[in-house]
Amino acid sequence: MNLSPRFILQTILLAIRQIRAHKLRSFLTTLGIMIGVASVSTVIAALTGLKEQVLSEFESFGASKVFIFPDQPDRAGQNRYPWREIKLKERELEGLVENCPSFEQFTPNTDFRATVIHGRKEVPNINVVGIWPSWHDIENRPVIMGRPFVEADEADAKPVAIVNDDAIAELELPPNPVGSIIMVKGRRFLIVGVIETNRTGMMSFQPEQTEIWVPFSTARRMQSPWSFFYVTGQVKSPDLVDEATAEVRYVMRSMRQLGPDDPDTFRVEAIDQYIEQFGKLATGITAIAAGIVAISLLVGGIGIMNIMLVSVSERTREIGLRKAVGATPSAIMLQFLLEAVVLSLLGGLIGLGLGQGLAFLLTIPEQGLQSASIPSWAVALAVAFSAGTGVIFGFFPAMKAARLDPIEALRHE
Amino acid sequence: MIIRVTNLRREFTVGIETIRALAGVDLSIERGEMVAIMGSSGSGKSTLMNILGCLDRPTSGTYELDGKFVSGMDENELAGVRNEKIGFVFQSFELLPRTPALANVELPLLYAKQPGDRRARAVRALERVGLADRMDHRPNQLSGGQKQRVAVARALLTDPALLLADEPTGNLDTKTSDEIMRLFADLHDEGRTVVIVTHEPEIAEWCTRVVRLRDGLIESDESVEPRR
Ligand SMILES: Nc1ncnc2c1ncn2[C@@H]1O[C@H](COP(=O)(O)OP(=O)(O)OP(=O)(O)O)[C@@H](O)[C@H]1O
Ligand SMILES: [Mg+2]
Repeated sequence: MNLSPRFILQTILLAIRQIRAHKLRSFLTTLGIMIGVASVSTVIAALTGLKEQVLSEFESFGASKVFIFPDQPDRAGQNRYPWREIKLKERELEGLVENCPSFEQFTPNTDFRATVIHGRKEVPNINVVGIWPSWHDIENRPVIMGRPFVEADEADAKPVAIVNDDAIAELELPPNPVGSIIMVKGRRFLIVGVIETNRTGMMSFQPEQTEIWVPFSTARRMQSPWSFFYVTGQVKSPDLVDEATAEVRYVMRSMRQLGPDDPDTFRVEAIDQYIEQFGKLATGITAIAAGIVAISLLVGGIGIMNIMLVSVSERTREIGLRKAVGATPSAIMLQFLLEAVVLSLLGGLIGLGLGQGLAFLLTIPEQGLQSASIPSWAVALAVAFSAGTGVIFGFFPAMKAARLDPIEALRHE
Repeated sequence: MIIRVTNLRREFTVGIETIRALAGVDLSIERGEMVAIMGSSGSGKSTLMNILGCLDRPTSGTYELDGKFVSGMDENELAGVRNEKIGFVFQSFELLPRTPALANVELPLLYAKQPGDRRARAVRALERVGLADRMDHRPNQLSGGQKQRVAVARALLTDPALLLADEPTGNLDTKTSDEIMRLFADLHDEGRTVVIVTHEPEIAEWCTRVVRLRDGLIESDESVEPRR
């Protein structure tokens, strides 16, 4: 058998000619593979973009942050702890600051909703956040005008506020609002600084645009007694995160006098846990996408097998003739196998092209993904799998063609 | 001796019935002969031709083609023999549809071990059958006689030892049949061995020898003076 490169090239050209001779039919046949590959590669592209974005966000968020939340332990059927035991207390915050050497600094975070008035402009339901001066450093949010919070603001619970630049328009403040007076929940506040609005954030879900910060101690006095706060701690270096987490647990448990069998009545989370969780989620979605591609390739493959069987039956006389002029069974086999492979590969490549186009569209809108492209491993897989589909589902029809008896084939009506 | 078959039998099983298409044929053909195979319908002419053309294998008996025993060859070896040693012309032409004459003629060289310059060889073959001006025509743009000429050019392409034709004029009118037979006669005069199956005495007139089959056996075998 003479399966030289020249012969294979000729056979590929033959397959392409055959496909071109039946354009509509070939298109419809590969549509399944096309749509499958297109949708899955778009999903993978989006996911890749999302992953990159989220990871860089976590990065800017700081890989060395630890959060401490009040948390009702999960003890099915047993007594629940009263909320006042669960809630973090200022004294516990002091305890953390004093007893956790792995931390650079801490800040509590708390918030409440308030109507904010400036002159005649009244904006209801604005989120007011209470923080320590260290917050600027921990969250990397310096002021662009005026001054940041200082220890004296916190110590004296001063009525001072920092706003973001969106608030200037919304509250109709002067271009430099430092020194302006606003009313928050009926109290006068002096604006001392302005912070740039955090726009790129996907993690900072902001239903409204205006943000107002006040000293933590001031916020506590204006909140309802049921409100709570959580604590953000900045670890001295990212590799101390595990140690820092353990310190927090130890300090909190001893301050709360929890016995060895008692569960934590608080929750400590490090940012790398979020990264890990997100990674798992992304892997899960990729696996589902892979499942979809498998199903679509199966469906597309059955379509290809069907059309190849039709093609073999239509071209029975041609097969007979080819055998009569010297085609071996393997030459006929290769002809039909390559036709199936070219067909499904074509579907896969067009699908990839469509997917790439859709992925590009994802990057266009303003809040879209900055980078969504099909990773090269997915391109390689799509090509390999669609070619594989052609081989697997083209095999049976090609076998049928190769086994035809030349005389019977030539007698075929 | 280019063909030597001995005690050739071919049986077909249809359901529980066994049909004897060939019941023990002995036949030798010399190089350069032009043989007509005649006989009534169902006498086994096509069955014999298919075996001579290596498209079919006998149930028993031996077949020696150009010094090689074909009866024992496998599928791939037979394909090689069909490609190199045999040119087959069919009653219904068997051209690939929507394919230009030149590409149709080239086809056997796709499967050849030494294809050489396929295009040039196909052009020469088409010129030989007088269709130099029809190379780009598709089968549906050709007359019956022209189609059969393309088929003859295809059969000639690999310069085979043996030219076989099963009722090559069966689908053609008398005038066109004469033209095709003149072509075969010319090829014979150039030294080729030709075997033609036919019902018509006028076709047999062109041959140097007439073999008659009856019920799968040779009834008569005589040399005749060919019309030229
Ligand atoms: N594939 C087959 N299966 C069963 N029987 C067959 C087959 N091929 C041929 N036969 C039988 O073998 C016998 C010889 O057939 P063959 O085709 O050789 O006749 P023929 O001489 O060519 O006839 P015609 O002049 O009509 O073409 C017939 O009885 C036919 O029915
Ligand atoms: Mg016949």
